[in-house]
Amino acid sequence: MALDGTIASAARELRLAGKLRTLNWSIVLLVTLIASIGFALLYSVAGGSLEPWAGRQITRFGAGLVLLLVVALIHVRTWYRLAYPLYGCSLLLLVATEFAGRMGKGAERWIDIGPLQLQPSELMKLALILALARFLHGVLLDDVSRPSRLLPALLLIVAPAGLVLMQPNLGTATILIAGGCGLIFLAGLSWKIIVPVIAIGLAIIPVGWEFALKDYQKQRVQTFLDPDSDPLGAGYNITQSKIALGSGGLFGKGFGQGTQSRLNFLPEKQTDFIFTVLGEEFGLVGLMVLMSLYLALLAQGVRIGLQARSQFGRLVAMGVCVNFLLYILINTSMSMGLIPVVGIPLPLVSYGGTALMTVLVGFGLMLSVQVHRNVEIPRGA
Amino acid sequence: MMDGRDSVRFRTFTRRTAILSAGTLGLFGLLTGRMFQLSVLERERFATMAEDNRINLQLLAPRRGRIYDRFGVELARTAQNFRLLLTPERTPDPKAALARVASLIDLPASRINRVLREVARSKPFNPVLVAEGLTWDEFARINLHAPDLMGIAPDVGELRSYPFGPWLSHVLGYVAGPTDKDIEDDPELLSLPGFRIGRSGVEKAADRALRGKPDASHKEVNAHGRVIRELARTPGKPGEDVVLSLDMEVQKLAQERMAGHSGSVVVMDVHSGELISIVSAPGFDPNDFTTTVTPKVWRALNEDPLKPLLNKAITGMYPPGSTYKPIVALAALATGAMSPQARVFCSGATSLGRHVFHCWKRGGHGSMDMTLAMKHSCDVYFYECARRTGIEAIAAMSRKFGIGQAYGLEIPGEKKGLMPDPAWKKRARHDIWRDGDTYNVGIGQGAVLTTPLQLCVMTARLANGGKAVVPHLIKSYDGAPYVRPSVEDIGLDPGHVAIVHEGMDAVTNQGGTAARSRLDVEGFDMAGKTGTAQVRRLTAALRGRDPSTIPYHLRDHALFIAFAPVVQPRYAIAVVVEHGGGGSRIAAPIAKDVMTLVAQRDPSHKKLFVPPSRSAEAVPNPEGKPNGA
Repeated sequence: MALDGTIASAARELRLAGKLRTLNWSIVLLVTLIASIGFALLYSVAGGSLEPWAGRQITRFGAGLVLLLVVALIHVRTWYRLAYPLYGCSLLLLVATEFAGRMGKGAERWIDIGPLQLQPSELMKLALILALARFLHGVLLDDVSRPSRLLPALLLIVAPAGLVLMQPNLGTATILIAGGCGLIFLAGLSWKIIVPVIAIGLAIIPVGWEFALKDYQKQRVQTFLDPDSDPLGAGYNITQSKIALGSGGLFGKGFGQGTQSRLNFLPEKQTDFIFTVLGEEFGLVGLMVLMSLYLALLAQGVRIGLQARSQFGRLVAMGVCVNFLLYILINTSMSMGLIPVVGIPLPLVSYGGTALMTVLVGFGLMLSVQVHRNVEIPRGA
Repeated sequence: MMDGRDSVRFRTFTRRTAILSAGTLGLFGLLTGRMFQLSVLERERFATMAEDNRINLQLLAPRRGRIYDRFGVELARTAQNFRLLLTPERTPDPKAALARVASLIDLPASRINRVLREVARSKPFNPVLVAEGLTWDEFARINLHAPDLMGIAPDVGELRSYPFGPWLSHVLGYVAGPTDKDIEDDPELLSLPGFRIGRSGVEKAADRALRGKPDASHKEVNAHGRVIRELARTPGKPGEDVVLSLDMEVQKLAQERMAGHSGSVVVMDVHSGELISIVSAPGFDPNDFTTTVTPKVWRALNEDPLKPLLNKAITGMYPPGSTYKPIVALAALATGAMSPQARVFCSGATSLGRHVFHCWKRGGHGSMDMTLAMKHSCDVYFYECARRTGIEAIAAMSRKFGIGQAYGLEIPGEKKGLMPDPAWKKRARHDIWRDGDTYNVGIGQGAVLTTPLQLCVMTARLANGGKAVVPHLIKSYDGAPYVRPSVEDIGLDPGHVAIVHEGMDAVTNQGGTAARSRLDVEGFDMAGKTGTAQVRRLTAALRGRDPSTIPYHLRDHALFIAFAPVVQPRYAIAVVVEHGGGGSRIAAPIAKDVMTLVAQRDPSHKKLFVPPSRSAEAVPNPEGKPNGA
C-alpha cells in the first residue's frame, strides 16, 4: 500500500493540475502585491498617468508572471541539466557584449539579438545560481573547502564578475560575487577559510581603491562620504533623496503629492530612487509595509530552501533569496544615503523590464524547487 | 531517503541558513532605524529643505512714494525707465552678449566692465542692470533683436525724476543704487535690479516710508527653475507719499533771486516751525544722480568755487554780524544792563585799552538809544551794550534762540554753529576771555557762527515772542499729519520783545538800514535787521570801499533777517549771500521779494494739500491663488 501510494503520488505530481495545486501561491501573491506598489508609484511619479511607465510595467509584469509559472512547472531536474549550458551561453554573451554591445545610460550593457534586446549580465545572475548550485550539489561537505573543489567554484563566479566589472557595472558585479560567495557559504565552506578571507579582504580595500576603481566610481564613493561637498553636482542625488525621504515623515505627503519627485528634484525617480518616492508619498508607514512584504517573501523562500530534498534545490532557492536580498539591501541603503550611489533597482518595484524579468524568473526557479521539493537528484547525475 | 552524507550537508545548510536569516533580520533592523532617523527624527529639517527646493520667492519692487509741496505740487515722481537686465544663469557668454548689445545701443566699455564685474559677484538668478534710461528708439531696437540676445531682457522699471531739478536739489536729495552695506539691511528688496534708495535730503530722511513694501509672490518651481504655479501672493504696499511744508512757488522765486550768488534763503512759519522755503544756491540737478552721474558732471560740481554740492542752508556757518544785535539787546534788557532809553554816544569808534573798535559808519551816529541803535545798526552802542551785559548773559540768551544747536531737521547734515563763551575759549583756544572778545560778540563777529537755518529760527523765536519753535520740513506721511511736540516758551519779557520789534520795524519801515526793502503789501509789513559779516578782520582802510573793488573771496557776507507782519508775525526769513557785500544792499531786497510772494500765498487764501487716499490705487491681486499643495 505504501508503495502504491508513492507511485500514485508520483503520478499525480507529473500532472499539471497537481503541480498547480501544490504551488506556493503565497509567493505569487506577495510578488504581485509588491509589484502593485511599484505600479502605483510609477503612476504617481508620471504625474498621475499610466504613461510612460506604469502601463508598460503592468504589461511586462503580466508577461513575467506567465514566464514565472512556466519556469516553476518545468521539472527541477531539467533545470539541473540545463544549468551548465545556460551558464556557458551567458558567459559567451557576456564576452560578445564586450565587443558588440552598446552602452546604455552609465553602465548597463545591452546586446541586440535580432529584435530582442538582451542584458547578458542579468541572464548571468540566474545562470550563476544554477551552475553553482549544480556544482556544489556534487561536492561533499568535507570537500567544499578543498582547493580542488573550491577553486572551480570560485572560477565560476569570478569569470562573469570580471567581465561585468569590465563593462563597467559595479552593481551587478557586486551582486554576482556576493551571491556566489553566499552559496559557497551555505554549502558549508569552512570557517577556517571564511575568517582569514574577510580579514584579507578588508586589508585589500585601499589597494582596490587605488587600482581597481574607475574615476567615476571613486567619485561616487567620495561624494557619498561627504555629499555636502558638492551639493549641486555629484552629491545632488544623495542629498535630494534624503530630503525626499525625510520630508515624507511618518505618513508621507500623500499619493501623488511628493514634491521632490513631481518637480524633478529627485533624479532617476522611476528606477533607482523609487524607494525614495515611496517614502516621500507614504512616509515611514509606507516603507515599513514594503519592507514587511519583502521579509515575508524572503521567509517563504527560506522555507522552500529548507524543505527541498536535494542540495541543488536548496541552493537554488537560497541563491534566489540571497540575490533578492542583495537588491533590496543595496537599493534601500543607497536611497537612504548609507552607501554610495550604485545603479541597482529596487526589485519588483523599480521601472525596468529586464530586471523585473530576472527577478520573476528567479522566483519561478524557486517555485520549481518548491513544486518538486521531494525529487531527489543523485550526486553524480 | 537522504543518505548520511547528505543529511550532514543538510544540517550544515540549515545552520548556515539560520545564520544568514539572522543577519538579514539584523540588516533590516538597521535599515528601519535609518528610516526612522530620516523620517521622524530629522523630519523637520528635511521638510524645510524640501520646501526651500520647491518654493521660490519673487519680489516686485514697490513704487517709490511721491513727494509733494504743501499745495500738492509734485516735487519727486517715478517715471517709466526703459532698461536692460542680464540674468547670469541664462546667459552662457555674458561678454559676447554685451558686445552684441553695444552694437545696438551706446554702451561704453567702462559700463560693460562694470556689468561683468557685477555678473561675477551676483547670484546666478539675480538679474544685473546693463543699461537704463534708454530712449524709446533704443528700447525698440533691443526688443527687435531680443531673440538673439540670450539672457538679456528688456524691461520697464522706474526712474525717479525731479521736475524742479536744481531748485530743490538740497531739499529732496536724490536716490542711487544701494551699497553692499545697505543691502545687508534688507537683502531681498534691495537686491532687486535697479532698486534705488535715498542718498541725501528728504529722499534719505524719509527713505523707509518712501520705499514701501514689495509685492511678494511665492512660486512653485521645478528642479530646472521653471515656474509651475503661484502658491501665494503677499500684496506689497507702494511707498508712502510725503508732503513737505515747502511752497514750491516761494522756493522757485528764492532760487531765482539767488541766481549767480552763493548763499541761502530760509523762510519759516514762526508758529509751527514749518519751512516754507529752504534754498541753498547754487544747486545741482538731482536728475543727474539718479542714473549714473557722469565724471564730467561730477568734476564740474566738485570744482565749482560756489560749491553747489553743499547745502549751505544747514551746513554753511557764517558770523551773524549785525543780525545778531537784537539778541544782544534782549540779553541787555533781560539782565537790566541797559534800559531801553539809555543813551550811548557814537563817535565812530571806541577804545578798549590800546585797541580801537570802529563803528561801520565813519564819523559815528551821535547819541543812540536802543531803538535807534538797531535802526542804524550802530556798532559802538552794541560794544557798550555787550560790555555792560557780559558774555555769559549774551551766550545764555543766544542759546535760548538756538544758536550753537542742531534742531533735528528731517534732512541730514545740520551743523550746530558756535556760541563762544569763556569756557569754550579756554577749551578750544587755551586762552582766557578778554573784553575785546565780548565787544566782537556784541556785533555778531568774532567766533560766533550761525547757519542760515539758525538765523531763521532765531528770527522766528524773536517774532513769536519767545516760543522755541523747531524747524520742520515734512508735513505728512501718506496723509497722516506729522505730529510735533508742543513748543516750549523760552521766557521773554513781552515788553523787551516789543522794544526789539520796534527797533527792527524801524530798520525797514522808518528809514533804517533796509528802508529800501520795505514791503508794499497792504497789511503785511516786515521788520528786519541787516547784517554784514566780515570774512576776515578788515583794516580801517578797507572799510567803506566799494565791494566790487575787493577780491571776491575777501568780500563781506551779506545777511538779512526779517519777520512779517510786524503785528502778530507769521513768517520769518533769513537771507545769506556769501561775499555779497552789504546786507542792506544785497540780502534785504531778496528778502523783500520773497516775503512779498509769501504774503500773497498765505494759506488763509489757499487750501493746503492732502494727498489722495492710497487704498484707491493699491495693487490688485491678479489671479492670486490661495495657498496650494
